[in-house]
Amino acid sequence: MTDRREPRLQLLDVGKDYPGNPPVRALDRVSLSVDDGELVAIVGASGSGKSTLLNVIGTLDRPTRGEVIIANQRVASLSDAGLAGLRSRRIGFVFQQFHLLEAVSALDNVATGLLYQGIRSGRRRAVAADALRRVGLGHRMNHRPPQMSGGERQRVAIARAIVGDPAIVLADEPTGNLDSRTSAAIVELLRDLNADGATIIVITHDRELAATLPRRVTLHDGLVVDDTLGHVGAVEVAR
Amino acid sequence: MTEPGKRRDPAHRSRLLLTDALTTGTHGLRSRRGRTFLTAIGIAIGIASMVAVLGISSSSRADLIAEIDELGTNLLQVRPGSDVLGEGAKLPEEAPAMIRRIGPVDNASSVSTLDTDVRRNRFVENTNGLDVLATEPQLLTTLDAAISHGRFLDAGTATLPTVVLGSVAAERLGIIDLRGGPTVEIAGRIFAVIGILHPLPLNPDIDRSVLIGNVAAEQFLGAEIIPTAIYLRADPDAVEAVRRVLSRTVNPANPNEVEVSRPSDALEARARVDENLQNLLLGLGGVALLVGGVGIANVMIISVLERRGEIGLRRSLGATRRHVAVQFVLESASLATLGGLIGSGLGAAVTYAYAEQQGWRVDIPIAALGAGVVAALVLGAFAGLYPALRAARLDPADAVRPA
Ligand SMILES: Nc1ncnc2c1ncn2[C@@H]1O[C@H](COP(=O)(O)OP(=O)(O)OP(=O)(O)O)[C@@H](O)[C@H]1O
Ligand SMILES: [Mg+2]
Repeated sequence: MTDRREPRLQLLDVGKDYPGNPPVRALDRVSLSVDDGELVAIVGASGSGKSTLLNVIGTLDRPTRGEVIIANQRVASLSDAGLAGLRSRRIGFVFQQFHLLEAVSALDNVATGLLYQGIRSGRRRAVAADALRRVGLGHRMNHRPPQMSGGERQRVAIARAIVGDPAIVLADEPTGNLDSRTSAAIVELLRDLNADGATIIVITHDRELAATLPRRVTLHDGLVVDDTLGHVGAVEVAR
Repeated sequence: MTEPGKRRDPAHRSRLLLTDALTTGTHGLRSRRGRTFLTAIGIAIGIASMVAVLGISSSSRADLIAEIDELGTNLLQVRPGSDVLGEGAKLPEEAPAMIRRIGPVDNASSVSTLDTDVRRNRFVENTNGLDVLATEPQLLTTLDAAISHGRFLDAGTATLPTVVLGSVAAERLGIIDLRGGPTVEIAGRIFAVIGILHPLPLNPDIDRSVLIGNVAAEQFLGAEIIPTAIYLRADPDAVEAVRRVLSRTVNPANPNEVEVSRPSDALEARARVDENLQNLLLGLGGVALLVGGVGIANVMIISVLERRGEIGLRRSLGATRRHVAVQFVLESASLATLGGLIGSGLGAAVTYAYAEQQGWRVDIPIAALGAGVVAALVLGAFAGLYPALRAARLDPADAVRPA
């Protein structure tokens, strides 16, 4: 472990309960350590806690127990505004249902990824144009999402996630709505981005697809039951 | 903002530029134009009615004030009041002469109401409620009256059995002009009509009178000339001063038995009486505005519910709760401001059309237009507060989750 860099992301004994009677234990004693430049698949049955895990990693949700450390910052120590700041620069999200603004162009959608960094609109658009070219949509910049195919929309969503060059990109079933050929293209895109240095964590229920990725974390009922490249050390730290 | 013990790197805080806040705050409106317009209409109606009420009443007042200015505010009127016992007092016979001696009085004329009736001819029973007034030729100058037909009484005709008719009197007697030499009958005597007056807005009582020379009244009707009203024109800069000394001048012994008034005050009062109605209409406009505001709050709440995904997305992109709240308050305020702009324009148009139709001078109150827009903006911001808080309080993880 001495040759490893400082982990980009660490989860120490994380648990997440949703209120209810009885409470839903969505995550249980999850310890995970992800380094710079990794490409990780999170797999597991429906309801196993994959989205919850991704939201906790992305600081959209706070864990009920345990510690999340991102870029040397303890999430628990940050205020809501502090987390927003972290998200604005360090984390990029790709959602399964895209969450694109229907009324504005692809370019403006991608530029929105830089909106909360306080970057001027002209510069945002210039960077957004680069990001769109990177995902192969240089020719569709002025189209609005309703005029685009599912695969194209997903690529717009990916461009928006990477436009700020975040340390970590989190994708929740980015291929869930797409046919297998388009899915393969999206996965190829994620690989390229990863090759360019982005740390990528991607949820998928497509086992075939997951099998092609370097590392797979398998969840079952909120527990990590398998990690093809587990960092046992991280778990030890937590204990 | 900095909490103790927590590292705070300003370079890592989220920031939203002011210009971006404004574009973000109108994003929802631009993407739902139909709904935006319909919601703005509610506010527009409220603002339009308030602007129109203010505009119409200010146009009508401007018209009235211009009319009053034209008529002059330096005409004073002296009438007998009542004495200590409540009985009708009388003006002293020499009162007109006393008044003419007051320095700033340009001229004065008296009229005496005669205890008699006037009718078209002896076959007509109806006396039309018209007064017969004995007066002097200079009344024309004092009242600044204009003749529509014929002439006014002069030194000669004031001694002959001739009359001049007020405009209402002429109408009621059925005398439209002087063709055919119309006459009237007063106390069984025939009098020739030699002139008809234009209406006198300051002296409606003269409009309803038949005027006859003092000398003729004494000679043909055996009347005793006791002034029942004295009109005078004062120097415009000394009207108040003259007014103050009038009763003492007219009746030094019993100044309380003299009533002094300024006929133009009555017209000005009319301008003020309208304020009650104006306030009522403003109140109704205010209610419409309030309903419009509630409509906006409603639409904003629905919008927040519909746009959970967008809110979650923005939070994932780094928007703070405050950024989200600002977005929705700005959206609500711009929506209402749009309504305010439409409403002000509509109100101005209604004012213009109504004033034109009434033949008034158009006086659109610019301040009311501005106030309408500002009021809408403030109302919109308030209406947006609660929806904005709801949006800001949404849990980001919940918001991005598929519904
Ligand atoms: N807001 C919530 N309130 C209560 N329970 C919740 C909430 N969100 C998720 N859960 C529960 O937590 C568990 C994990 O949910 P999660 O969405 O993380 O699963 P998932 O692995 O992403 O499933 P899927 O593959 O269907 O998306 C599920 O049992 C779910 O019902
Ligand atoms: Mg999920």
